[in-house]
Parts: sequence; structure tokens; C-alpha cells
Amino acid sequence: MRGGLSKTLAVLGAAGLLAVSACGNSDDGGSGGSGDASATKDVTVFTWWADGGEKAGLDGLVSVFKTDCKDYKFVNSAVAGGAGSNAKQVLANDLQAGKPPATFQAHAGAELRDYINAGQVDDVSSLYKEFGLDKAFPQNLIDNLTVDGKIYSIPANVHRANVVWANPTVLKKASLDATKAPTTVDAWIADLGKLKAAGVKAPLALSKGFAQEMLVEAVLLADLGPDAFKGLWDGKTDWAGANVTAALNKYKTLLSYSNVDREAIDWPDALQYVNKGQAGYTLMGDWVAAQQVADKVADTAYTYWPAPGTAGTFQFLSDSFTLPTNGQDPDGAKCWLKTVGSAEGQKAFNTKKGSIPARSDAVPADYPKYQQSAMADWKSNKIVPSCAHGAACTLGQNNDILSALSQFSGSQDVGKLQKALGAAMKTS
Amino acid sequence: MHGRIRTWGPGALVLLPTVLLLGYFVYGLIAWSFNTSLTNRHTARKGPANYVGFENYAHLFGEDRFLNSLKNLGVLTVAFIVGTLIFGLLWALLLEKGVTGEGIFRSIFLFPMAISMIASGVVWGWLLNPSTGDDARGLNRLFSILHLNFLENPWWTAGSRWTTMASIALPAVWQLSGYIMALFLAGFRGIPPELREAARVDGASEFKLYRYVLFPQLSPIALSALIILGHMSLKLFDLIYAITGPNQFRTEVPSIYMWNTLLRSDQAKAAAIAIVLLAVVAVLVIPYVAYTVRQESDE
Repeated sequence: MRGGLSKTLAVLGAAGLLAVSACGNSDDGGSGGSGDASATKDVTVFTWWADGGEKAGLDGLVSVFKTDCKDYKFVNSAVAGGAGSNAKQVLANDLQAGKPPATFQAHAGAELRDYINAGQVDDVSSLYKEFGLDKAFPQNLIDNLTVDGKIYSIPANVHRANVVWANPTVLKKASLDATKAPTTVDAWIADLGKLKAAGVKAPLALSKGFAQEMLVEAVLLADLGPDAFKGLWDGKTDWAGANVTAALNKYKTLLSYSNVDREAIDWPDALQYVNKGQAGYTLMGDWVAAQQVADKVADTAYTYWPAPGTAGTFQFLSDSFTLPTNGQDPDGAKCWLKTVGSAEGQKAFNTKKGSIPARSDAVPADYPKYQQSAMADWKSNKIVPSCAHGAACTLGQNNDILSALSQFSGSQDVGKLQKALGAAMKTS
Repeated sequence: MHGRIRTWGPGALVLLPTVLLLGYFVYGLIAWSFNTSLTNRHTARKGPANYVGFENYAHLFGEDRFLNSLKNLGVLTVAFIVGTLIFGLLWALLLEKGVTGEGIFRSIFLFPMAISMIASGVVWGWLLNPSTGDDARGLNRLFSILHLNFLENPWWTAGSRWTTMASIALPAVWQLSGYIMALFLAGFRGIPPELREAARVDGASEFKLYRYVLFPQLSPIALSALIILGHMSLKLFDLIYAITGPNQFRTEVPSIYMWNTLLRSDQAKAAAIAIVLLAVVAVLVIPYVAYTVRQESDE
């Protein structure tokens, strides 16, 4: 009796969710063109790339898909919202209702574990061999993507997280050399002190949420080194260690050099503080490069280098596409995945989005100045994952870490933060 | 027999869709949520889940983050209700005294209600910028232009729970005060003029007139206002989300925590939070409903 009731409830609930998600999708699915192919050949691609460089990148990918996969029609199912915050909710509803899109965007790495544990995505390692991706992608990227010997997504791009963007004009006020990064976090703190003494009130521009998480990660990476840093995420490094305490204390010092409205602004605002000369530095992923080009900020007005103490390490994050379990048209989805992994697809996508291709056979000359240097580092550096962008942490872990950091931003209690971070990594 | 159906049949038929829809979408889903909250369904994985009794609730009440969100909610509710009642009553009093262009003022006070919380939340997020001094923006900027620098403050980003949640209540007060004003104004207008005249003839001062004649007649309205504001405050989500974003420990309330928990597919825990929230709202609403029903049956 109870089973029967809950089944009925589930069916009705699913119907309700479907109706809602169908409405959402029809609003956004503008660029799919109208019914020239039969409905069974539709490939619904779920992303949160709805505007700006991301949308341009997706369009580039679609144009390659149109020539490579003539049998299929691309159906855009994009949900706008920063870092996919809205999209993930809509996607969760669709997956829960057993109506997955043909393929969906997800951060490569640990964030996929949520979907893997829920049995919502299929292993695509065989496609790596079929498309020759096991040779095209750097081995250490593949290692970072592999979960229990299986790979569940195909990366479309790579971004770098540990980058500091600086304003040379501001740094000149304290006679600092903008072309050279401080070699350690301590040296950076010393420079920040000099800037403050020279009259720059908040020399480090910082924004809310994941930007603070990225800064903590950069400090941990610098202090612990790449191997111990990786260990923080896979359980091999103890969060309660004295080296973690020391790093978190440095993070606390860094906060004291940041703007008081850090909880109220987003990363583009923090970047504007640097561009306008109110602040000397901001730490943010390399999507800043595309933003600066879009905002027409002169090349000479800013410099960038790996976060202090992390030179030689490339902290990556990557957008990737999956093959959902029981998807509508797996062959169409596979054709999309083939496009995503292909050299032409990655070029069409990344030159517009401002990221670099995951493939190591890309031609740097095709890309703008910043990307060329990032591509060189991608080949030569050690690769470590980013927690803030899902490469090292699941959604739940990320959620707990963000909450702990927002609490710390006000309370400044290092002991409590350290405990909360350790506890966050114990959840799933 | 046939005759009896004719008397209650049409009524039941008219009620049926409502009963079915409410039964499923409200009470059915409450039951479903409660059922989920007793299981260990902590992922999106399908298939059977095991019953764990009230374990999820025990965990919640042993958790810093949840207790923090409950305390935040309590402070928010008090600040919001007190603020809205004070401003609503004040405006109603001013309009009730008779001003020229009353219609215009009434509209101005009511307009904020027409704005969706998410939209006003985005704007209030900018207005409540915590920068002070030369960098001041938003309301702090306004204060510094008006040479009221002592009023500049960090809003919700620093300070005690009270200042934090009062800053969050501020936009909600701004938005709902007009509505409470309309309620009270209607109440004032509903009092027969003879009562005032009688009081004046008896020599009551203006203060005594309000204190002993008018305000007592407004108490049913005040009670309704209290319940309406109370349950709105308990369910407040969009405004806080728009101002501070998700995962902001300082301003997190159970509804936002529930959303965060559901986003990570921890369905059992999210359901438990929802049920606790429902219980809190019920504590407020059920006595009111009982009171109203009793009053109506008295009449």
C-alpha cells in the first residue's frame, strides 16, 4: 500500500517537475533552429553558457558539430547563472525525473562524483580510445579525471585558477617591480604592507564566495607544495597539521589587506578595483584575460603571474561533457563528445571563450597572448586540481567550505576555520 | 437517499478539485517530505532507502550551521515584524489624520510591494555596500553626502547577529510597511465616526481617543498583520539570497540552508530542514487559525 502510494506520488511529482523544466528549456532554447530534422535526431546539450565569451565559445563548438555530425540537430538547453548555480538545480530536477539531456556540462573531476554516486553518468573511457583522446590529452590531466579507473567526461577546455592580476601603476607607488612575482606568500605579504604604507588602503582586491576559496587554495598550494596540496583533497594530507595552520594564518593576514566590502562584491568588481588603481592585486582564474580583452583594457595596464609561491604549478579546472545514463540518443551525444574532444572543436571553442584547449597538440599561434603563455605552462608545469571549481571537491564539500570561509571572513577564528575545512572534506 | 445527494452533491462537486489539488500538492507532499526526512536518502541515487527514524533531526540540532540559521531566523523575524508594524502604523496614523494628496502618498507607500523580492534584493545588495569613508557606496555614500557620517556602517557584513539580521530586515521592512499601512488605514476607516464624536463630546484628549477608543478596535487587524508578517519572515528566501548570495554563514536562514542542502542532493536532510521550518510556521499559524475559527463560530 505504501509502495503504491509513493509510486503514484513520484509519478505525479515527476510530471510536475517535467512541466516546469520544459517551460524553462523552451525559454532558452533559441538558437537550435526550427524543425528541419526529425525529432529523434535532436541532441539536447545542457550548459550554463548563456552569454558573453562562453556563449560565443559554445556557438563555435556548434558550428563544428554541424559539419561533423550532419545527421544530428543541436538543441541548445542553456540555463544562465554564475558558475552554473541555477543550471545545476534545473539539471538535478531533470536527472531526478529520469529525463536527462543528451549530454550536460559539468566541471571535470571530483564534482562528477555526485553524478557518479547517483548512477546518472556513464563511463566514457572507451570513447577516449575510440577518439584517440588518451593520447591527445596530457597524461596528468587524465590521471586527475580518473575515478576508480574510469573516466566520466570529456573536457572541452582548461582554465588556470592560481593567477594574480596586478596593476603596475599602483605597484610603482611602493617601487615594486610588477613584472616579477613575489617568490613566497610571506614576500607577497611584505609587498602588500609596503603598498599600504604608500597609501593604498586595500591593496588586495577580494570578492565574495569562491574568490576567497581560491585565495585560500593558492596560499595552501604555495605553503604545502603541489603534492601535499593534492593530498588535502584525496585524504593523504592531514587538515589538522601545523603547516595548514600556518597557511591559514597567512590567509588571515592577507584578508587584513583586502577591501572591507569583500562580502558584497563579485570578482568583476574586484577586477575593476585593480583596473581603476584602487588596489594593486587580485587573485582570480584566467577567465580574467578574456574579460580584460572584452573591456578593452590595454595590455600594458595590467600584468599577471602565478600566485606567489606557486610558480611551476598549474592549478586547473575544466568544463567537460558527460554521457548521461539512459540518455535519449546516445549516438548523437557521442558525436557531440567527439566534436568536443576534437582538435577543431577545441580550437573553435577556446579561442572564443578565452580558455586553453585540453589537448596538447594545439597550435599556440592560433590563440591570444595570455593563452599562449598558459599553454606553455600547461605543457611544462605540475598539474593540481582546484576545489573551488569542482576539480578537487564535490558540490557538498564546496558548499561547506564556502560557508566556513564566509564565517571566517567575519570571525577571523583560524582554529575554527581549520576544523570546519577538515570536517567539510569528510562529507561527500 | 436520492434527495440527500441533491443537497450536498453539487457543493461537493465544486469543492472536489480544490480538495484534490490541496490534498496532493500540499498535504500529500508534506507527507512525502516527512517520509523522506526519516530515511537515509543522502544522494540522488534511486531505489529504496532505509528508515533511520529521527536521526536526521538529531544531526540537525547538533549542528552549528543549522542552529546558527535558526537563531538568525529568530532575530530576523523580530526585527522585521517590529520594524514593519511601527512604520506601517506610523504611516497609517499620518494618513488617517488627513493630508492633502492622500492618494499619492498611499500609492508611494504601497509601491514597494509591487516589486518582486528578488529584484529589490539585487538593488538593496548594492545599497547596503559596507565600504565607508571615501570609498563609500550605496546608502553609506548617501550618509556621507548628507554629512551624517556617523550613520555609515558595515551593514550585514560585520558586527553582531542583531545588526546583521536587522540590516537584512531593512529591505523587507521597506517592502511590506506599505501593506501594513493599508491594513491599519482600512481599520481606522472602518471605525464609525460616531465613536470619535462621542469620545470628543465626553472630553477625551486626542491621545486618550487613540489609546482607549481607536487602538483597541484595531487589535484584530494587528493580530492578522502579525501572522502575515511572521509567516512571510519565516519563509523569506529570495531577498536574502539576492543580497548575500548562497553559503553566507552570517545571514543564512533555514530556507537557504535547505536549498543548499538540496543542491548537493542530500534529500533526507533537506526534507528534515523543511519539516522543521513547517513546524515553526505551524506554531505561529495554528493558534491563529484556531482563534479565528472560534471567533467565527461565536458569531
